[in-house]
Amino acid sequence: MSSSRGGNGCGGEGERQIHVLAVDDSSVDRAMIARILRSSKYRVTTVDSGKKALELLGLEPDVNMIITDYWMPEMTGYELLKRVKESSELREIPVVIMSSENVPNRINRCLAEGAEDFLLKPVRPSDVSRLCSRIR
Amino acid sequence: MSLMALREQLNGLVNSMFLEGLLDDQFEQLQMLQDESSPGFIAELITLFCGDSERILAELTKLLDQAVVDYQKVDAFVHQLKGSSSSVGAQHVKLACVQFRQFCEEHNKEGLKGIYFFRCLRALNVVKHEYYLLRGKFDTMLQLEQRIQAYESKQQI
Repeated sequence: MSSSRGGNGCGGEGERQIHVLAVDDSSVDRAMIARILRSSKYRVTTVDSGKKALELLGLEPDVNMIITDYWMPEMTGYELLKRVKESSELREIPVVIMSSENVPNRINRCLAEGAEDFLLKPVRPSDVSRLCSRIR
Repeated sequence: MSLMALREQLNGLVNSMFLEGLLDDQFEQLQMLQDESSPGFIAELITLFCGDSERILAELTKLLDQAVVDYQKVDAFVHQLKGSSSSVGAQHVKLACVQFRQFCEEHNKEGLKGIYFFRCLRALNVVKHEYYLLRGKFDTMLQLEQRIQAYESKQQI
C-alpha cells in the first residue's frame, strides 16, 4: 500500500531548513499537515491552538512560516494572523490560512490582513509546493 | 499466508473500498505520503481519525439527548467530523455529515421543530452507520498492513 515518493525538498536542509509552525485543533489535520511538510523537508512544530502558537512564537523566534487552520475554538486563525501582523517581532513571518470552507469574504479578509495564502482543506502536497517559491 | 497473498488481500480490500465510494481520492494522497521514511503514516492517521470520530459521536449522542438541544454545539461537532473525514478520504462519512449539517441549519423553521429534530437524530444514525462500517474495514486494513510489514522486516534480517 505504500509507495516511494520523496518530497521535492523545498524545505531546505541542515541549518537552512525552513521551520514551519502548524496550528490546528484537529489531531488528524495536524498529523496530515506535518507529514506533508516533512515530506518536503520542512522542519515542523505543531500546536493545537492559537494561544499555544503565540506562546511558542514568544519563546522561539526561529519560525519561518506559520500555517494555521481558520476555524478553531477560542482563537481563530484570522485572530492569530492579526496578532502576528500587529507584532513588530513577528509581522515578517508569512502566515498561511487553511480552511475547509470556501468563503470568499473570509478569504479576502485574511488576504487583506496580510495572509500569504489561503489553502482549502483537505490540503495536498501540491498545495504546499505552491508555497515553496513564496517563502524563500 | 504468503506475503504476496497478504498484499493481494490488502489491495483487494482497498480497491473495493474505492469502488464502493467508502474512500475517495484523498485517501490516495495518504497512500502517496506513506513511504520508507514514514511507514506508519496511514495507520497513525486512521487511528487518530477513529479516536476523534468516536469521541465526537458520543458527544453528539449526548447533545441530542438533552431536553433542549443546543444546535450550535451539534453543528460545531458535525463540522469537526466532516473535516477529519474529509482529510482521510472517508467519503461516505463526510457526505453523511454534510447532510446532517443541513438538517441542523434547518431546525429553526417555525412550527416544524419536531420534524427537524427527528431528522437530525436519523442523520446522526446514518453517520454512525457509515462510520462503523468504515471502521471495520479500516481495522482489517491495518491488521493486514501490520502483518505485511512484519513479514517485510523479517525478510530484511
